[in-house]
Amino acid sequence: MADTMQFDLVAPERKLASEEAAVEVMVPGADGDLTVMPGHAPMLTTLRPGKLTMVTRSETQSYAVTGGFAEITPEGITVLAERSLPAEEFTKEVHDRLIEEARRVHDEAHPSVADMTAKLLADMEALGSHMLS
Amino acid sequence: MPSLKDLKNRIGSVKNTRKITKAMQMVAAAKLRRAQEAAEAARPYAERMHSVMAGLASSVQGRDNAPRLLSGTGSDKVQLLVVMTAERGLCGGFNANIAKLARQTADKLLAEGKEVKILTVGKKGRDALRREYGQYFIGHVDLSDVKRLSYDDAQKIARDLIGRFDKGEFDVATIFFSIFESVIAQRPTAKQIIPASYEPEEGEETPSVNYDYEPSETQILEDLLPRGVATQIFTALLENGASEQGARMSAMDSATRNAGDMIDKLTIEYNRTRQAAITKELIEIISGAEAL
Repeated sequence: MADTMQFDLVAPERKLASEEAAVEVMVPGADGDLTVMPGHAPMLTTLRPGKLTMVTRSETQSYAVTGGFAEITPEGITVLAERSLPAEEFTKEVHDRLIEEARRVHDEAHPSVADMTAKLLADMEALGSHMLS
Repeated sequence: MPSLKDLKNRIGSVKNTRKITKAMQMVAAAKLRRAQEAAEAARPYAERMHSVMAGLASSVQGRDNAPRLLSGTGSDKVQLLVVMTAERGLCGGFNANIAKLARQTADKLLAEGKEVKILTVGKKGRDALRREYGQYFIGHVDLSDVKRLSYDDAQKIARDLIGRFDKGEFDVATIFFSIFESVIAQRPTAKQIIPASYEPEEGEETPSVNYDYEPSETQILEDLLPRGVATQIFTALLENGASEQGARMSAMDSATRNAGDMIDKLTIEYNRTRQAAITKELIEIISGAEAL
């Protein structure tokens, strides 16, 4: 069994990363964080806002994602992110803007989806503490 | 016979026109490159999205509880045409071709007794269709303030569409846009986006992998389908952007060339007229001298 896998991170407007030799990838799945390693069972999961970390033998790279989904196969993982930024580009201003947006959505939301938007807002806020510390 | 001065003015004005069309061509060329890059950058996402959706859709197809965005309302009575054109003209047949395709489709649907609704994106399409189909218009999306097309713009349109769909305003939605093939060829295209039809690409087998789904298959699909709609609209908008600039570039190129030809013709005429005037004066002087 191969001990590395293919990792792709694409957003609608650009391709952020394509790495052939990822050792492990930590993904903020909708039902909880999960770590993907080579040979993982095929799986589709949606993402919540959070921090995504990719580890190769030589380096570790983090990205902020605001949602989307991930397709996992034994050979690799493809993350289709709604919006995504490398950790270096994720500043306080960006974060504040995201929170503001999530809050607006939450305030305007229909009561039936209020739980969902509240979770989104909480995830957005948590994203800051993960990314900016 | 125009006077020398008239001709000179004429040549001057055509020269100015040529300068403008030349400048527009160059601007379009620069914008085209950017538009192409944007379309290129968006491709990996769209392709992945497509293959995942195709796999998911085929596994859910035919089930009773399939989401309505995928299975449709079971009727095709009310058809929504989303006509995407440019905000600006002077780009050859670009807008006219899209409008023509939309018009043909609308006529066909009306002849079949269907109800037609039209949503326009871009000013030019609205202007072209307003006279004949104004009564079917249900909305317009203005993108004239948008400098660089972003996914958010597409998402807004998609949300609007899905909102209308959920309210039962239409059964089938088709988008009209132009696929960018090359600078000289843009193909007006109609594509049905609601209910979504994800056919596997030709020659490409969709591997039927048995995925684990988290949270659940239906929930994922419900989450993904609106995204699929937004992605398709985004792709269409980008293709359209590249097509528009390509069409404008070749239109301005031929306009520049035409202006050049016209200047040549006018210059010849100008020289002839000048010669004729000189000859006439000489004849007058000589015959005056002979008369003495």
